[in-house]
Amino acid sequence: MRLSELREGQTATVVRVGGGGPFRRRLLEMGFLRGTEVCVEKYAPLKDPMELILKGYHVSLRVEEAANVDVEGVRDGER
Amino acid sequence: MAKKPLTVALAGNPNSGKSTIFSNLTGTRQKIGNWPGVTVEKKEGQVTVNGYRLTVVDLPGTYSLTAYSIEEIVARNFILDDKPDVVVAIIDASNLERNLYLATQLRELDTKVIFVLNMADVARQRGVKIDGKKLSELLDVPVVFTVGNANEGTRDLLNEIIAVAESSIELPRTRRVYYGKDIEKAISELSAMITETVGERLSYNTRWVAIKLLEDDRIVKGRVVRLDGTHGPAIVEEADRSRARLRELYDDEPEIVMTDQRYGFIEGIVKEVVRTDSIDRVDISRRIDQVLTNRVLGLPVFVFFIWAMFQLTFTLGAYPMDWLDTGVGWLGHQTAQLLPDGAFEALIVDGVIAGVGSVVVFFPNILILFFCIAIFEDTGYMARAAFLMDKVMHLIGLHGKSFIPMLMGFGCNVPAIMATRTLESERDRILTILINPLMSCSARLPVYILLAGTFFGLRAGNAIFSIYALGIVLAIVMGRLFRSTVLKGEVAPFVMELPPYRMPMLKGLLIHMWDRSKIFLKKMGGVILVGSIVVWCLSAFPAEVQFSQDYATQRRAVSTRYDTLISGAQGAGRQVLVEERDAALGELNAQQARERVEKSYLGRLGKFLAPVFAPLGMDWRSSVAVLSGLVAKEIVVSTLGVLHAAAGDGGEESEALRRALKQSGMTACSAYAMMAFVLIYIPCLATVAAIRRETNSWRWTLFSMGYSVTLAWLVAFVIYQGGKLLGLA
Repeated sequence: MRLSELREGQTATVVRVGGGGPFRRRLLEMGFLRGTEVCVEKYAPLKDPMELILKGYHVSLRVEEAANVDVEGVRDGER
Repeated sequence: MAKKPLTVALAGNPNSGKSTIFSNLTGTRQKIGNWPGVTVEKKEGQVTVNGYRLTVVDLPGTYSLTAYSIEEIVARNFILDDKPDVVVAIIDASNLERNLYLATQLRELDTKVIFVLNMADVARQRGVKIDGKKLSELLDVPVVFTVGNANEGTRDLLNEIIAVAESSIELPRTRRVYYGKDIEKAISELSAMITETVGERLSYNTRWVAIKLLEDDRIVKGRVVRLDGTHGPAIVEEADRSRARLRELYDDEPEIVMTDQRYGFIEGIVKEVVRTDSIDRVDISRRIDQVLTNRVLGLPVFVFFIWAMFQLTFTLGAYPMDWLDTGVGWLGHQTAQLLPDGAFEALIVDGVIAGVGSVVVFFPNILILFFCIAIFEDTGYMARAAFLMDKVMHLIGLHGKSFIPMLMGFGCNVPAIMATRTLESERDRILTILINPLMSCSARLPVYILLAGTFFGLRAGNAIFSIYALGIVLAIVMGRLFRSTVLKGEVAPFVMELPPYRMPMLKGLLIHMWDRSKIFLKKMGGVILVGSIVVWCLSAFPAEVQFSQDYATQRRAVSTRYDTLISGAQGAGRQVLVEERDAALGELNAQQARERVEKSYLGRLGKFLAPVFAPLGMDWRSSVAVLSGLVAKEIVVSTLGVLHAAAGDGGEESEALRRALKQSGMTACSAYAMMAFVLIYIPCLATVAAIRRETNSWRWTLFSMGYSVTLAWLVAFVIYQGGKLLGLA
């Protein structure tokens, strides 16, 4: 499943980050690593971008970019 | 006693509180400039402690030290080439894991590093306790705790910097990131090869170079090749072979695997030094965001903040603006009395004081605007603004962050263009700079007020609003056009941190406000000064004008005629006569002034260009006004005043000018066309200078000037000719 398909409040585990070169590298450097838990905090009022919580901090990503992140183990809100 | 000089570099993630620590260390004595060759801001400060003279350099905030962004390259090169005595890694304690990612990379560079755990109080509030001693032992680096906002730990940090600079820490460190058996083997093979061949000439750690080569770092590759014509390429080839092998082995790019390993190493450390209380505390920042980025409330609240900012800027700023205006008038008056009459006096009073004064009066507005922006930035709201607006900006092919410079453009394009530095991608930066002048700056407002107020009566507000809207629409259209033609390419990814909200410190706000405003003053001051002198000279020369009639004789005739009448009259009748005489004399003076300007170089130039502006419904006076507006848009108003010979005193001035404009044959339609022209064409010399500086290219500067003039003409043409067809002109 893709990260962009998650609804607000859902949490999932990163399996793999796709996409090319610098973008992929940047995402990994920001902590989108295999096994990392990512929670979808909310979508912006205009439905794009989305706000995520991982490793204890908040980061925003465009929906089309989040489509490059494969996730698994989707579950509803923990917090 | 001579003080020993030391260089200290501050490195850290964006939002780690780096700039606060920087101000705490150096006070307000900062020097702001650019890193050579690039448009990244460089901040430097000095501080003297215990007989040491510390030069503190604030490196750009980065998340990593790859070679993908200018900021990262600048930060890295400073550490590698300038070899600071100590590198201070500022770490946001409440966000330890990700901040350590950069910090461990700094450690790999083989310099003396101090880890500063900043905002430990915030971390504690969240139930996170960090064992600094353990961290120090594990990583073999000194650790200092600070709370930037409360100026805590600054003294400790200064002492530690000196202690570390004077110590002889053994480098390279023994404890390092372990990249896994296969990668470690490749690293050691490669570093052995580097040591054997070019080792002595390489001034940095060979292990680091090997790691970077395996990560396919283009800058390090280039350096190695340049270092040695034969061995260099051989080393790079060997690195590429290793990369291919590792890629096969891991089924992924080696740099990705290495990022993974680095985080693995960090995770291990975090596990050992961090203790988290299980009590789940209320996250205030999250609560605030439940309102500020709320699906329903987010945008209205955002619009309200922006509205409030402009209200503050213009209504509150109007008071000091008035005082300054009076002050400038007084100064001009006093100077005129001090100096002997003549060309020099006119140059100083009408050229320099009036010209520079017309810009200086906007300074309070600029201060307030920048103060508001500093609040947005220091609280963390700026990132939310980008979050809210990204979708809109993405329509133009821009990043949400571009919204802020665009917004600032409504205040003044000069600082707005300088603010594009926060954008990571150069293409985004150039595009934002190109369309920024379409955001109608405050200097253009007096022109609209005059024209709309004269020709649109009660609907003046709507007319002005529509001009602002026109600018925004054009920005979107041009943005899309440029994006698909001259600035094609990928849109920068929107990986943006949303930092926790923070209470801003007044000192920090004031410093931020002043830094930017100062540049505004300096730039505007210099360029405007020169421009005012040039425009004044063009309008004042040739000094000897052949007038169509002998004004002096006529004035005398009028005086004599009325004086006889006045001496014969009495009471109220006498008063009327005196007024009549003064009016007649004033009219003559105005006629002479008008003819003067008409025959000056500026007037001749305007008349020469008049045919170009005729299809836009603009007469030669408007052409001259628009030309002089190149210096600064406000000058358009004062030039119109002179050309329509509406020179009067104080409040009557604008009334007289309005009447004159109406009589000149201008209509609502041609006035609107002129407003549109003023909106779009080259904003002002200072903006051109800013564009040149920030794009670092004459090509883009000329392009910006060329397209804006062309577009201005086309739009004004359509408005005027369209209006005529509809019978509005």
